[in-house]
Amino acid sequence: MSGTFNTVIQLIYLAAASCFVLGLHLMNTPATARRGNQVSVAGMVAAIAATGALVIHEGQISATGWVVIGAGVLVGGGLGLYAARTVKMTAMPQLVSIFNAVGGGAAALVAIRDYMTLGSQVAASTSVTTLLDVIIGSVTFSGSIIAAGKLQGMITSAPVTFPGARIGNLLLAATAVGVGAYVIASPSMIGLGVVIAAALIFGVSMVMPIGGADMPVVISLLNAFTGTAVAMAGFVINNTALIIAGALVGASGGILTKLMADAMNRSIPNIMLGGFGSGDAVVAVAGPAGAGVQSIAADDAAIQLAYASKVIIVPGYGLAAAQAQHEVAALADLLESRGVEVSYAIHPVAGRMPGHMNVLLAEANVPYPLLKEMDEINPEFARTDVSLVIGANDVTNPAARRPGTAISGMPILDVDAAKSIIVIKRSMSHGYAGIDNELYTNPKTSMFFADAKKGLAELTASVKTLVG
Amino acid sequence: MLLTDFIIFVLSLWVGFEVISKVPATLHTPLMSAANSIHGIVLAGAIVIAATADNVVGYILAFVAVAFAAMNVVGGYVVTGRMLKMFKRRTAPAPASDASVSGKVAA
Repeated sequence: MSGTFNTVIQLIYLAAASCFVLGLHLMNTPATARRGNQVSVAGMVAAIAATGALVIHEGQISATGWVVIGAGVLVGGGLGLYAARTVKMTAMPQLVSIFNAVGGGAAALVAIRDYMTLGSQVAASTSVTTLLDVIIGSVTFSGSIIAAGKLQGMITSAPVTFPGARIGNLLLAATAVGVGAYVIASPSMIGLGVVIAAALIFGVSMVMPIGGADMPVVISLLNAFTGTAVAMAGFVINNTALIIAGALVGASGGILTKLMADAMNRSIPNIMLGGFGSGDAVVAVAGPAGAGVQSIAADDAAIQLAYASKVIIVPGYGLAAAQAQHEVAALADLLESRGVEVSYAIHPVAGRMPGHMNVLLAEANVPYPLLKEMDEINPEFARTDVSLVIGANDVTNPAARRPGTAISGMPILDVDAAKSIIVIKRSMSHGYAGIDNELYTNPKTSMFFADAKKGLAELTASVKTLVG
Repeated sequence: MLLTDFIIFVLSLWVGFEVISKVPATLHTPLMSAANSIHGIVLAGAIVIAATADNVVGYILAFVAVAFAAMNVVGGYVVTGRMLKMFKRRTAPAPASDASVSGKVAA
């Protein structure tokens, strides 16, 4: 009888896992993505309900246990619901980081609790996954909280480093793994505490040295970590749903990490070890107008835009930081109503997490077919009248095409192929790569020195007066 | 048992790589958010440890685990849905250039 029941539960888990895969598959196009999310929700509800049924069937749970579950779901679910409903789209990366943190934390707690209950009774092979779960889950928990703090601006987004930091990190990692191996052999709660502490501190010291501009990579990596931790939790409690779901998330985080690192021309170890670039906090080192740079007034820029037949907008980190997505959409709408062909060139790392710029522009009601990926838009620059670059820097620097620079080989947008280029930027300061952008001294380029939000509003106003 | 679990884990990784590498950059943020919700399945694990808890420490750990996981799963799905709702082909008050734009998309 019990065997039949278990089979049914396992089949429900299998159906849930299929829903997760199908849900992710439906995210291949924006048109089906919403259905994908609903399919995924259905799978989740089924898996949780099945787990509830399993717990009842085993008959071990106490009344207090039910109260604990009910209270936990109310408190956690309520907080999650509130945060999800109220978060601003610009703050999405922080929220994803927080969800990452609590997911990793929950996975670590499952393993900690399991270790406390079973201690030495379990086979060493199970203890290995238990300890991996504790370590990865704890690292993700503290690391994601630091990442969220940096994104929120509560912790400086500039890299925080001190001498010996790398050695310190290595020692922490060695402590977590070494003591972890020891407590597998001879169970000890104090040992487990040391492992947890070392992993938590490692999470902090791993993320602190990473600059704000590298955040897309870090968030992706932490996402992969959480997935792995959840899969390990699945090994610990022998639950296939957790193993499959965790592995799917681990894979997705891994792919996004690779894509982001490639798009920034960095290797993952290079980013994790830090020490290059200074994040987004670079403020006006050079004066507003260096040699060979022409600046332009709003009126003149407006004339170029209003009488162009094709304009490509290149939004970057600066646009996200200034929260200027609505202003750019207003300008684009105005130009389109005059018959100008407008599209957006989105570099893979534009924004603060993978695909962030697309979400910001979608929020400003920009139709997604106008958002072009790099490979698709690059050939179009040659037949474009004006490239309007807003707060994007390194991803437009032609120096990337030459060997021997800090960004050599990095995929860039071929902005300079357009007939003329207007750059909206606050100053001549460097991007995270810390080198001069040769685009700015190109004779075809005019610099419009302004904050993205204000500058765009001025441009829109000027175009309006111009065309009456 | 462990070997079977390991086989499932590795095959699931491959399925994940295969499915996710086809997602366009436009949807990377919702994808990550959706993946985030999926790891909220750890709620099932949290429920299991709540069921076996029999002392104060056990209940406290279970409560925190359930609350964390519930926040993850509920918040994740809601915010993913909210984001995806914003992705539209063309907004209702279509500007004059609508025809030329859709023509370009088809091309």
